[in-house]
Amino acid sequence: MLSAIIVFPGSNCDRDVQVALKQSFGTAPQMVWHAETELPAADLIVVPGGFSYGDYLRAGSMAALAPAMREVSKLAQKGVPVLGICNGFQILCESNLLPGALIRNSGLRFVCRDVYLSVENPDTVFTRGYSVGQCVRMPIAHHDGNYVAPLETLDCLSSEGRIAFKYCDDKGIASEVANPNGSARNIAGIFNERKNVLGMMPHPERLADPALGGIDGRAMFEALAGKVFS
Amino acid sequence: MKIEVHITLKNGVLDPQGKAIERALGSLGFEGINDVRHGKFIELELSETNKERAKAQAEDMCRKLLANTVIEDYRIDIR
Repeated sequence: MLSAIIVFPGSNCDRDVQVALKQSFGTAPQMVWHAETELPAADLIVVPGGFSYGDYLRAGSMAALAPAMREVSKLAQKGVPVLGICNGFQILCESNLLPGALIRNSGLRFVCRDVYLSVENPDTVFTRGYSVGQCVRMPIAHHDGNYVAPLETLDCLSSEGRIAFKYCDDKGIASEVANPNGSARNIAGIFNERKNVLGMMPHPERLADPALGGIDGRAMFEALAGKVFS
Repeated sequence: MKIEVHITLKNGVLDPQGKAIERALGSLGFEGINDVRHGKFIELELSETNKERAKAQAEDMCRKLLANTVIEDYRIDIR
């Protein structure tokens, strides 16, 4: 299994993902600089978290124009799995690979803490290591994670099983108090139509090893590596 | 030619920064503020001298980069 991570100026979670992928895939991912015009063969591409281009203009707007992202778009259209985490989610929205946008957290503060997520659709290449309604814990660390989209888009995401994760409480209830950033319908992560592109604000790579305090994020990388997580 | 682009969140999109400014103004004693929308202001100096073409160019820039039309509205002023 081969994987690649796109690295932008300002990426800061690229190496965390590198460790998580190496652990699950058995091979080290290829680190691809944003200026590259060709991508290596990969079974998974990760657009990592961070502050690409210092979040200038809008989070992800500059990175979306990077040469490497043009290639990511082409591969995503061919069905290659693409995972965008945090700033990566913002970049995928700005690249039009995912609908909607991420704006300033409703509480205006940078939020950095563990949250609970309910798994909304476990029938994808990313989430098949989880079960429906499973409540998992993952860290968030963002200032612009408030997901917004037109009503018809939200309805479409709901009805097509394209909501991957919702923010919830420790009992799995997606309540308003469990929503850390004001996201519409408590959305923490969404898929594209074909479900080979996932964008999510929480960081699965930050809880993918017992040494990090938990392994709830690991099931995603194990599933992507084609393993059944036990 | 100087182009001014004003970008604000669309009506209906919650503007948390606008709300914070509104509350802060209220705490300073300013009364009668019905709404505050926070946005961006971008000034462009274009070599184009034809107003129509300059505006069309700026429109294209707004759609492709300056504004995210999912959440933002833009207004182009030519000086």
